[in-house]
Amino acid sequence: MAAIWSVLAQLLHIALILAAAPLLTGVVRWLKARMMGRRGPHPLQPVRDLTKLLRKRPVLAENASAISRAAPYVAVGAAMAAAALVPSFARGMVFAPLADLILVAGLLAVGRVAMALAGMDVGTQFGGLGAAREMSFAAIAEPALVIAALTLAILAGTTNLDAIAGAFREGGLGLRVSLGLALVALLAVAVAENARIPVDNPATHLELTMVHEAMILEASGRHLALWDYAAMLRLTLWLALLAAVFLPFGQAPSGSAPHVWVVGLLAWVVKMGGLALALAGFESAIAKMRVFRVPEFLGAALLLGLLGAVYLFVSTGLS
Amino acid sequence: MLTVLVLLVGALAALGGAAMPLARSAAGARLVHAGCVAAGVVLAAGGLAGLLGGPAALELPFGPPWGPARLALDALSSWFLLPLGIAVACASLFALGGVHGAVPARELVPWPLFVAGMALTLLAADGFTLLLGFEAMSLASWVLVAHDHAQAENRRAARIYLVFAGFGGLALILACGLMAGGAGDVAFAAFRDAPPEGWRAAAVLALVLAGAGSKAGLAPLHVWLPLAHPAAPSHVSAVMSGAMTKVALYVLARFVFDLMGPAQPFWLGAPLIALGAASAVIGALRANLEEDTKTLLACSTIENVGLIAIGLGLALAFRGADLPALAALAAGAALLHVLNHAVFKTLLFLAAGEVLHGALSRRIDRLGGLIHRMPWTAWAALAGVAAAAALPPLSGFASEWLLLQALLSAWRVGDLAFQMGAAAATALAALATALAAAAMVRFWGLVFLGRPRTPRAAGAEESGGAVRIALVVPAVLTVLLGLVPGLMLDLAEPALRLMAGAAAPRADLLAVGAAEGGARYWPILVAALVAAAIGLVVWLVRRRAPAGVARGPAWDCGFMAPPHHLPFGDPATQPSAAGFGQPLRRMLGESLLAAREGVAMPPPGDTRPAVLESGFHDPALAALEGPLPRWREALATQAEKLRDLSIRQCLGLTFGAVVLMLALLAWLEGR
Repeated sequence: MAAIWSVLAQLLHIALILAAAPLLTGVVRWLKARMMGRRGPHPLQPVRDLTKLLRKRPVLAENASAISRAAPYVAVGAAMAAAALVPSFARGMVFAPLADLILVAGLLAVGRVAMALAGMDVGTQFGGLGAAREMSFAAIAEPALVIAALTLAILAGTTNLDAIAGAFREGGLGLRVSLGLALVALLAVAVAENARIPVDNPATHLELTMVHEAMILEASGRHLALWDYAAMLRLTLWLALLAAVFLPFGQAPSGSAPHVWVVGLLAWVVKMGGLALALAGFESAIAKMRVFRVPEFLGAALLLGLLGAVYLFVSTGLS
Repeated sequence: MLTVLVLLVGALAALGGAAMPLARSAAGARLVHAGCVAAGVVLAAGGLAGLLGGPAALELPFGPPWGPARLALDALSSWFLLPLGIAVACASLFALGGVHGAVPARELVPWPLFVAGMALTLLAADGFTLLLGFEAMSLASWVLVAHDHAQAENRRAARIYLVFAGFGGLALILACGLMAGGAGDVAFAAFRDAPPEGWRAAAVLALVLAGAGSKAGLAPLHVWLPLAHPAAPSHVSAVMSGAMTKVALYVLARFVFDLMGPAQPFWLGAPLIALGAASAVIGALRANLEEDTKTLLACSTIENVGLIAIGLGLALAFRGADLPALAALAAGAALLHVLNHAVFKTLLFLAAGEVLHGALSRRIDRLGGLIHRMPWTAWAALAGVAAAAALPPLSGFASEWLLLQALLSAWRVGDLAFQMGAAAATALAALATALAAAAMVRFWGLVFLGRPRTPRAAGAEESGGAVRIALVVPAVLTVLLGLVPGLMLDLAEPALRLMAGAAAPRADLLAVGAAEGGARYWPILVAALVAAAIGLVVWLVRRRAPAGVARGPAWDCGFMAPPHHLPFGDPATQPSAAGFGQPLRRMLGESLLAAREGVAMPPPGDTRPAVLESGFHDPALAALEGPLPRWREALATQAEKLRDLSIRQCLGLTFGAVVLMLALLAWLEGR
């Protein structure tokens, strides 16, 4: 019976993530508009945008290769696969043994490389500029992510996300300074990976300041819809990841029956709503950085992560 | 099997001799390369047979004056025969397809000798044979590096390479001497019977790191590698990067894991980890700044050698700290990366060679848009690029996943200083991996995507036949090796037992695992999951969206269409090699590689154009080119003075030397 429940939970999780992705982006945009004193578009606006774009035939540059046509599918596929692995309302889903934090980082890298190559495909200035910046920022964000994973792996004994969530839910690890530092590092990485303020501005269309948008300037129609959807999935994935690791309360334990999921679902919605509110508040409160200040931002995240690991070594060494 | 392999080494040496007359005709040159293809296949098969069968040993009826030459095939050498065989077979096939007439003898003759030297190094079971093979490999590859000696830069590369090869050989001779001790028996069995301890172990490690490490490209002795590897013909570059660095790593592994015995302290792994992390970061960063395709790939080789060295160092540390399962994990990561890197780097160098052949340039700024003109090369190279960028589910990700898992467990060694160092190494390894991804996107994107930057690139043509097979085979192998890392680790189990004293953590046949019950990685399931997700997306989009695409001029933010005389637009209005590297040059290059950037802005009224200048220096090369020649000069000046000595002073000098030697001998006997 438990096997059937785990398959059902996985299917429900995938459907939930796929549906939540555009909604979450819409909610964040709406909250930001509210905080800035605007009325803001309806939270369902991203869904309408996507369906509108899907109906349009894409226009490709004459010298675009198959990369331009294949890359958006690869990016969405990789983001979907990664999102399917991050636990949301229940643990012990059927893909749980696959859900490795480093694998998730690798799948996100697949999407990133696909996007960078698509940006370079036609040979325009901005595409190449965005690709160069995206890959460079990722080069600094990756060590911060791995160092945060180091702290989590030492505390939980594994890099499997499901097991980490379980260890933090039931292990009674309590509040730890290292965990807090790892959280800060992961938050900075999440901001950079999702091209949010202060690293990039998701609302900008000023070419000189943007990173993520610069790579998809040539995309249109269903390709643009796919790129947008991949970005939405990535945001959902990162918030779900933070919720699963650092806010594990309410998660249904593995092997539990559907009636336990209800609590988990409610908790997940509350957690994601809270994180969306925090993100909107953070983005409204601060300004975008200069591009070449971003390495300092991510470098600070890396150093905080290292500090957390070192603190852990020292504290466990003493005890 | 060992007998076959020994005969093969002899046959390759004979082929090298026969290549002199054969080089005069295209058919003869093809014969030599076909022989090397066969040799590569036999080497790889020998490696497989050695792993599946047991170890074997052989004493040749001839050898150095003091005894027979000893050869052996055990699990470790068998594993390293695999990448050697695959790289040699693919590279020779590529060379075979590129023969269109007589080949200069200096290009053809050293090639079989180079392969024979590498094979002999792997099969050696005494110090003399090992050094014989190692030096044959160095000298043959030196001739190949110097093949195009009309160009000054190639002469410089060959000169620096020769200096490093000589230095490396010297360090290895000293290491063998220290291992042999007073008895002077250089057989590996004798080395194992008297493992060095204390300062002798540290000295042997330092000498082996200097000797084999410089050949493998470990920082700070890596500076010859980005000069020498690109100077050789492309198929030789492929084998130098793919296999020769691995043979050097084999020598390193043979000394520290086998010959120095298992009872070594854990800190012996620390220098390997530190040098590996430094090489990985420097190599990956330089790969982001180089503007020549083959130099870029050579720098990426430094990065990968660094990652393998981290794995070996971790294995050594875990073994010293009595954690055999983790030692096997780290050693498994290193061995798997040896094989994976050999395959994908061979592929990438051959692709760069095919680009050089088709578009007549190695400079990124003269290429571009080649995916339209050279589709087979482009797609094959994409597999290699994705593996080098450590993207799942390709081969590079599997081994780097294992390496990261080993690094994440490094804190179990227990020593606080080691834990902190390992945490820093973890960050550096992750940095190097992400930098490598950036470098590979830069390489593939600038060469194969975008618009042609020169008419030559616009009219590039690719070869078919053997060259195409030589590109497709390693591309397919890269994908396959990525899907079955568990199978490969099972195959490597005897080698892991030899190195770590334990097998790698058991996982499924299809998975690799960090520890019993720890994190797992199932590449086939991941590939299936991603494929299913892509299939779902395609199906959903097909249902909703109109089929097909419309074509139009690039939108390019509304810039006007190019004039008629520039059908592809101005080729300079797309990112250049230097421009693509600019963010990383500013972020990391300024502090690590002394990169600089400056605009020479003429004063108002002056009609000269403003000039942007940028560049970088590898600090290691500057350090080597600065003080070393000065010391050599000083030494030479002192030595010159000997010539002016009187006869009495000369005799006194000789007498003093004899007395000193006798005193040394007496002291050594007395101990």
